[in-house]
Amino acid sequence: MALTGIEIFKLLPKTNCGDCGVPTCLAFAMNLAAGKAELTACPHVSEEAKEKLSEASAPPILPVTIGAGDNALKIGGETVMFRHEKRFENACGIALLISDTMADAEVDARLEKVKNLVYERVGLTLSANLVALKAESGDAAKFAALAGKVKSGSEANIILMSEKTDVLAAGVKACADKKPLLYAATKDNADDVAALAKENDCPVAAKAAGLEELAALTEKLTAAGLKNIVIDSESRTIRQALEDQIIIRSSALNKKFRPLGYPTIVFPGEMTDNPMKEALIASMFIAKYAGIIVLSDFQGESLFPLLVARLNIYTDPQRPLATTEGIYEINNPDENSPLLVTSNFSLTYFIVSGEIENSKVPSYLYVKDTEGLSVMTSWAAGKFSADIIGPAIKKSGIADKIKHQKLIIPGYIAAESGGLEEELPGWEIMVGPREGAHIPGYLKGWKA
Amino acid sequence: MAFEIPKTAYSGKIREMALGKGDKAVTVGGETAYPFYLFEGEMPNLPKIAMEVYDMPPEEWPEAAMEPFTGVTDDPVAWAQKCIKDYGAEMICLQLLSTDPNGLDRPADEAAQVVKKVADAIDVPLIVWGTANHDKDTDVLRAVAEIVQDKSLILGPLEEGDYKKIGAAAIGYKHTVVASTPIDINLAKQLNILLGNLGVPDNLLAIDPTVSCIGYGIEYCYSVMERMRMAALTQQDDKLQFPIICNIAKEAWKTKEAKISEAEDPKMGDAKKRGILLEAMSAIVLLLAGGDVLIMRHPEAIKLVREMIADLTAK
Repeated sequence: MALTGIEIFKLLPKTNCGDCGVPTCLAFAMNLAAGKAELTACPHVSEEAKEKLSEASAPPILPVTIGAGDNALKIGGETVMFRHEKRFENACGIALLISDTMADAEVDARLEKVKNLVYERVGLTLSANLVALKAESGDAAKFAALAGKVKSGSEANIILMSEKTDVLAAGVKACADKKPLLYAATKDNADDVAALAKENDCPVAAKAAGLEELAALTEKLTAAGLKNIVIDSESRTIRQALEDQIIIRSSALNKKFRPLGYPTIVFPGEMTDNPMKEALIASMFIAKYAGIIVLSDFQGESLFPLLVARLNIYTDPQRPLATTEGIYEINNPDENSPLLVTSNFSLTYFIVSGEIENSKVPSYLYVKDTEGLSVMTSWAAGKFSADIIGPAIKKSGIADKIKHQKLIIPGYIAAESGGLEEELPGWEIMVGPREGAHIPGYLKGWKA
Repeated sequence: MAFEIPKTAYSGKIREMALGKGDKAVTVGGETAYPFYLFEGEMPNLPKIAMEVYDMPPEEWPEAAMEPFTGVTDDPVAWAQKCIKDYGAEMICLQLLSTDPNGLDRPADEAAQVVKKVADAIDVPLIVWGTANHDKDTDVLRAVAEIVQDKSLILGPLEEGDYKKIGAAAIGYKHTVVASTPIDINLAKQLNILLGNLGVPDNLLAIDPTVSCIGYGIEYCYSVMERMRMAALTQQDDKLQFPIICNIAKEAWKTKEAKISEAEDPKMGDAKKRGILLEAMSAIVLLLAGGDVLIMRHPEAIKLVREMIADLTAK
């Protein structure tokens, strides 16, 4: 069972060399105990210690990398059942299914979708960047041609899907340096697929009916020397699939049951024929523990909400998302348009900018960097007061864009209006509404 | 290694609560495990969906949200009846938008008469929702409580600033109240205690944790709801063992992501389907965190979520 940080520390070199990336051996030991680091990060640890520690120090759910280079997908490495207990670590992959029986034009269209359906939000880029290539033709050459096409024509990471080892081998050969995920090793082909994964240094998916068989299969794969494993319990009813996700994570985290300590892969498209419902099932798997979600198609109307839901669920509860400081132009403002100021907590920004848009009143919104805190919190912390807002407004360059000198501040910081009039001589400070929902009414009545 | 299914050690249970009166009354709550963790415990009553009706014609709704209610949006009675007859609503939520002091500011008595008309015209449980303006909600919901005496309404939101007077009226006429707090487990617990001290019986109290839509902070209410369920079920915190009501529809449909047309931003895809999915996906996420009653709008979103609830609880 797991060792404590102190127990681990005793086995480390205690040189505090820092080569592992943290300054002291003790800190490294604590990270190991918390499942936040891997022992391989320490180049100096003795063989004996390695043996003792490897079992205890591996994270309860192993991290797995699919693909190579900067855009590789990292999944797994999860340490909690509930995001508020710490955070969810590595956002799940969302893959688009492409079959080798599809016409070239359809394949091209799908690769285009993976490339183009990319969204900007709070300064982050949301994209799927993962394809699942499915061998349905039975023809190894055809499958290899598809894999080769994706390798040369797309940046996306790849999952290769076939249970026939020769077909899978042909696929790997065509895109081996993309380090694709091999889906899947089963009880019938495990030795061959394990060899293929080992030879090409690729991650491999284990697929078996039910959790016991699945555990037996992953033990077989680890015995063959594989570590980069993704698991599929083959449940294709919604209730059982959800329960499996929960049980898998709970076994790994709460029981330290190694054979299920891997990220999962799920196929909502095999649970319904309705694309809308498929999207809902996918959203369930975002919240409840999938490592990779393979979708039968990508459409903007469903992929966008899924990517945002993923961003939300995987946001670190201890580190609020922040929006970039600056002037935001909403509804094409001109020199007579109102100017509002708010904090840069991303939620505040979304709500305020959304309500300004709803008002249809052309406006400028100046977002002040408040270290990601909301209006009230940042004000209480002294990060959103007159002596900070005033100089920021002066520096922002907004004065060149508007003819008037009127600034609308959030109702909750009304107390700053006097201070702001001192900081901004000649300006009229107007106290806006407290709640975002009242912004449209306020702006409609605003006069320059 | 031998595999055994790990089980959470539960010590508490969510209170069961009857909503409404007569044949169409519904029961919610009663869970003895986390939402849909049916291998660990029971969910004797499936989550329910209340369909939204507004007491004035909505403005600025996207076309997709208006279309299912064409012809009835200026008549809350007809609207509610349509929801029940055409869309199989098992509950109705009447949103008293017209009473907003920043809007039409309809007087309390007038608003209450509308509630009465709707209540008299339907037999499913009726949630009546104010505008979260303390003074106005006090007037309006007290008038509603009195004028619609014998219907076992569900009244909300009751907030720290107005719970006493509305709560007292609700106690007097045996209505259920919804305690509303801004995304905070401690504030929620405190308000539940205050309402208990006031005399609201445990079986007439539900929690509104303040929910938001995907992209607008759903992760906050998601985690607050998960923490509530954790405290209620594993730490025997009986002040949090109440059913949770999620007023999600208006949060989803007011977002710009639900409104923007495909022509404006082709990458966002079909606007109608996107709006439906934003609402339905938000609902699914909230169900997984512990929602017992969802207040929803679009019939297709509701149909999808109902199917999901059935699938998640299939034998």
